Amino acid sequence: MLGNSILLAFREIRRNVLRSFLTILGIVIGVAAVIIMVTIGGGATVQVSQQISNLGSNLLMVTPGKRLGPGQTSETVPFKMSDVDAITRDVSSIAAVAPVSSRSLQAVAGNSNWSTTVTGTENSYFKVTKRSIRSGRTFSESELRSGSAVCILGDTVRRKLFGNQDPLGEKIRLEKLSCKVIGLMEPKGQSTMGTDQDDLVVIPLRTLQRRVTGSTNIGLIQVSVRDGASTEKVQMEIGQLMRERRHLAPEEDDNFNVMDMKEITKMLTGTTQLLTALLSAVAAVSLLVGGIGIMNIMLVSVTERTHEIGIRLAIGALEREVLMQFLVEAVVLSSFGGLLGIVLALAGSVWLSGLLRVPFVFNAGIVMIAFLFSAAVGVIFGYFPALKAARLDPIVALRHE
Amino acid sequence: MKDLSGQPLIVLKGVTKIFGEGQAAVEALRGVDLRIDTGEFVAVMGPSGSGKSTCMNILGCLDTPTAGSFLFKGVDVGQLSRNSRALLRRHYQGFVFQGFNLLNRTSALENVELPLIYRGISAAQRKERALRALETVGLKGWERLTPGELSGGMQQRVAIARAIVTGPTVLLADEPTGNLDTARSREIMDLLTLLNRDSGITIIMVTHEPDMATYAKRIIHFLDGTVALDEKTGGKN
Ligand SMILES: Nc1ncnc2c1ncn2[C@@H]1O[C@H](COP(=O)(O)OP(=O)(O)OP(=O)(O)O)[C@@H](O)[C@H]1O
Ligand SMILES: [Mg+2]
Repeated sequence: MLGNSILLAFREIRRNVLRSFLTILGIVIGVAAVIIMVTIGGGATVQVSQQISNLGSNLLMVTPGKRLGPGQTSETVPFKMSDVDAITRDVSSIAAVAPVSSRSLQAVAGNSNWSTTVTGTENSYFKVTKRSIRSGRTFSESELRSGSAVCILGDTVRRKLFGNQDPLGEKIRLEKLSCKVIGLMEPKGQSTMGTDQDDLVVIPLRTLQRRVTGSTNIGLIQVSVRDGASTEKVQMEIGQLMRERRHLAPEEDDNFNVMDMKEITKMLTGTTQLLTALLSAVAAVSLLVGGIGIMNIMLVSVTERTHEIGIRLAIGALEREVLMQFLVEAVVLSSFGGLLGIVLALAGSVWLSGLLRVPFVFNAGIVMIAFLFSAAVGVIFGYFPALKAARLDPIVALRHE
Repeated sequence: MKDLSGQPLIVLKGVTKIFGEGQAAVEALRGVDLRIDTGEFVAVMGPSGSGKSTCMNILGCLDTPTAGSFLFKGVDVGQLSRNSRALLRRHYQGFVFQGFNLLNRTSALENVELPLIYRGISAAQRKERALRALETVGLKGWERLTPGELSGGMQQRVAIARAIVTGPTVLLADEPTGNLDTARSREIMDLLTLLNRDSGITIIMVTHEPDMATYAKRIIHFLDGTVALDEKTGGKN
C-alpha cells in the first residue's frame, strides 16, 4: 500500500509541476533565510571574541566622560599629557602607555588621495596595539618632542596612495600638513565591526596637536598591563589616580572610564548578539511567511483536488490510501524543499561569510529547527485539508469542479 | 466481503432518494423496487430528470438511499462502513460516469491503470492490461494523451476502458455512448455484448437511444423516480 501511495504521490507531483515548485519554493526560502541569518550572526559573534582575544586581554582603555552608553556627553573633561605621564610614573605593573588622538583627514600623494584616520601618538602605541613595523622605522625622540612632520603608514593607505611604489622617504599631505613617510606598518586585516585596521596614518602626538587639532587634549589613553600582572588591580590603581588628579569627592561618580577587554568584549558581543537576534527575528518572519505560502498552496490545491479525491474514492480507493498519498506527497515536497533550502543556505553562508570576512560557524540546531518547522507546515497543511476531502461521500466530492 | 452465492446480484427495496430539504426538496427516486441477477444485460431508459443517474449512483455504492434498502449479493450496502463500500466498488464494480470523471493532465494509460493500482496489481501486468483495455475500446496509439488532448468521444472510451480493465462482476454505465457517433456506439455496444456473453459480466447501462437499448436483454423504463415499465427483450447475441 505504501508503494502504491508513493507511486501515486510522485505522479501527482509530476502532474502539477507549478504547484509543486511553488510549495518547494516557499520552504526553500524560509529555511534558507533562517539558516543564513543565524549562521552569519553566529560567525560575527565568534569573530568578535576572536579578535578581542587577539588584541590581548591585558589591554586597558581609559576614556574621558562617564560610563559608556547613552547620556555620556554632558561634562567631559579631556585628558592631557600630564595624565599620561602620571599613569606611567605612578601605576605599577604597566608594560606601556599610549596617548591617542585621532582625526579623519584627506591624505594626498601625487594624484592619489584617500580619506583616512590620522592618529597622533607615541612609539608605545605600536607596543600597546601589537602593531609591528614592516619597513622603515618608528619615531625618534627628537621627532616626538619637536612635533616633526613625519608619518608611518598603514598598509591600506600605502596601497591607495602609492600602489606598487616604495613610499619610504616620499611626502604625503594631510590637509595643510605635509609630512615625510618614515615607516610602514605590518597589515592587521579587518576588525570585528568590519572596519579596516590598516586604514590609518600614525604621526607624533605633538604634531597632531600643534598642526592639526590645535589643542593639547588627548582623546584616549591605552594601557597595556605587564604579563602576569592583575589587570583588575591596574584598573583600580588607574581609577584611584585619576580620581585624585580630578579632585573628585567621594560621593561623586567617575567622570572617566577605565575599561578592560572583558567589558569591551561584553559590549561588542552584546551588540552582535543583538544584531543576531534581530536578524533571526527577520528570518523567523520569513520562515513564517514561507509557511503561510505553503499553507495557502496546499489549501487551494486540496479544494482543487476534491474532485480528484472523488474520482479516486469512486474507483475504489480507501480513505486511508488517499490520505497516505497526500501525506507522502507533502512529505516528499517539504523535505525536498527543506534539503534544497539547507544546501542553498550553507552555500550562501559560506559565500557570504567569505564576503563579510566572518568565520563560517555551522549551527546544526538551527538547521534542524528550520527543516522540521517547514516539513511540519508542509505535512500539516497537506494532510488535514485532504482529510476533510477524503471523508466526503464520493458523489459529493465528485460534484466539486 | 462474504460471498453469498445463490443470492440475486442486486435487489432494491422501496428505494427513495430526496435531495435538499423542506421547500427545495426534490424527490429523485420514489420507492424503486428492482431485482437484477448475475449475467443480465439491462438497459435503463427514461426522460431526463427521471432519476436514472441517481439510481445508478446508488447501485455503484457512490450514494446512499434516503429510505429503502439496497442489497448487493445479499449484503445490505446501507449497513456497510465506508471502507467496505470502497472495497465493494474496487472488487466488484466498474463505473462509467455520465461526465467521464477522468483525472486531468494524466495520460489515458495512467487513468486506466488507476483501478489496477488500488487492486495491488504489479506494474508490468498493470500496463499490459491497461493497454489491452485501451485497444479494446479502439484507442490503440492514443495511450499517452491526456483527457484535455482527446475528443469527448475518446474520453468516453477511456472511461469505459477504466471501468472494464479490472474485469468487474458488474459494469454500471451511465450513457456510455452519449458522446459517440452511431458507428462508434455500435462498436461499444458490440464490446459490451461480448463482455456480457463471454466474460459473464453483468451490465447495467443508461441510454437515451432506443437503438442501443435493443442490445440489452431487458429494458427498465424510469418515469418521475419510479420504474414505469420493465420488459424483457431478445437482445442481440
Ligand atoms: N445533487 C443533487 N441535488 C439536488 N437535486 C438533484 C441532485 N442530483 C439530481 N438531482 C435531481 O434529481 C432528479 C433526477 O436526476 P438524475 O440525474 O437522476 O436524472 P437523469 O434521469 O439521470 O437525467 P439525465 O437523463 O438528464 O441524465 C432531477 O430532478 C435532478 O434535478
Ligand atoms: Mg443522468
